[in-house]
Amino acid sequence: MKFGIVTFPGSNCDYDAYHAVVDALGEEAVYLWHKEHDLRNVDVVVLPGGFSYGDYLRAGAIARFSPIMREVIAHADRGGPVMAICNGFQIACEAGLLPGALLRNAGQCFICEPVRLRVENASTMFTEQYRAGQILRIPIAHGEGRYTADPDVLDRLEDAEQVVFRYVNASGDPDPASNPNGSDRNIAGLVNARGNVLGMMPHPERAVEELLGSTDGLPLFESILARVSV
Amino acid sequence: MTPYRVAIHILPRRGILDPQGKTVADALHALAFGGVKDVRIGRHIVVETDAPDEKSAERTVRDMCERLLANPVTEDFEIASVEAL
Repeated sequence: MKFGIVTFPGSNCDYDAYHAVVDALGEEAVYLWHKEHDLRNVDVVVLPGGFSYGDYLRAGAIARFSPIMREVIAHADRGGPVMAICNGFQIACEAGLLPGALLRNAGQCFICEPVRLRVENASTMFTEQYRAGQILRIPIAHGEGRYTADPDVLDRLEDAEQVVFRYVNASGDPDPASNPNGSDRNIAGLVNARGNVLGMMPHPERAVEELLGSTDGLPLFESILARVSV
Repeated sequence: MTPYRVAIHILPRRGILDPQGKTVADALHALAFGGVKDVRIGRHIVVETDAPDEKSAERTVRDMCERLLANPVTEDFEIASVEAL
């Protein structure tokens, strides 16, 4: 399977995503420069973390107009899988691939630490190697990760089981104290209505081997591998 | 074409937590500005652009706001002024 990792000016998790795909998963990956117009026949697109365009104006606001994004949106419209991580999630929201927006953390600080996530939906193409209700340890590293959307949009997301990951405490409860950034309803990750675009603030690509302190991110990549035919 | 300077105010939408505004409101209370009810902090953008007339300058900048400068999910914007240069 071939992953395409988009590099925007200011992306800094593109190499981590490459490492996760090539070294941990054992699959093929190519970097796609944001000015390209061709996805080079990749099966999966990764919008990686970082600070595209210096987070100027709003995180992701300018990157969404990069030439490659036209192809990424067309790929998503065809049902192609897109993993949008951290800054990628912000870009995906700005591009309209996912509903809602990501705002400055409620505590105003940039937070870089492992968090606990509960798998809310284990039947998406990104999560079927997890169990529903499974608790994961995956790091976050962001200053603008407070997910927000209109209440009726949030209700629709919940009803359609599009909320995929929630921040939880050690007992698996999504209480306010375990919500690192003040996200609405402790939402850490969600999919679009069709289920082929995943946006999440935590970094699964930084949790793919014991040396990194957790392998809980690897099943996410394995899920896509299992689901998407090559 | 005439050069215009258009000023835009962008604010976090009401009902959306603005932690920066809240922190500043708390600081103002601490400085004994007891009358302060609410503070919201946004951005002020000034665009200089050529346009055939004032109406068209405003319409163009409104389009810029809707497409890029403001995020309709979280922000409100208003054109504060349009000034021929």
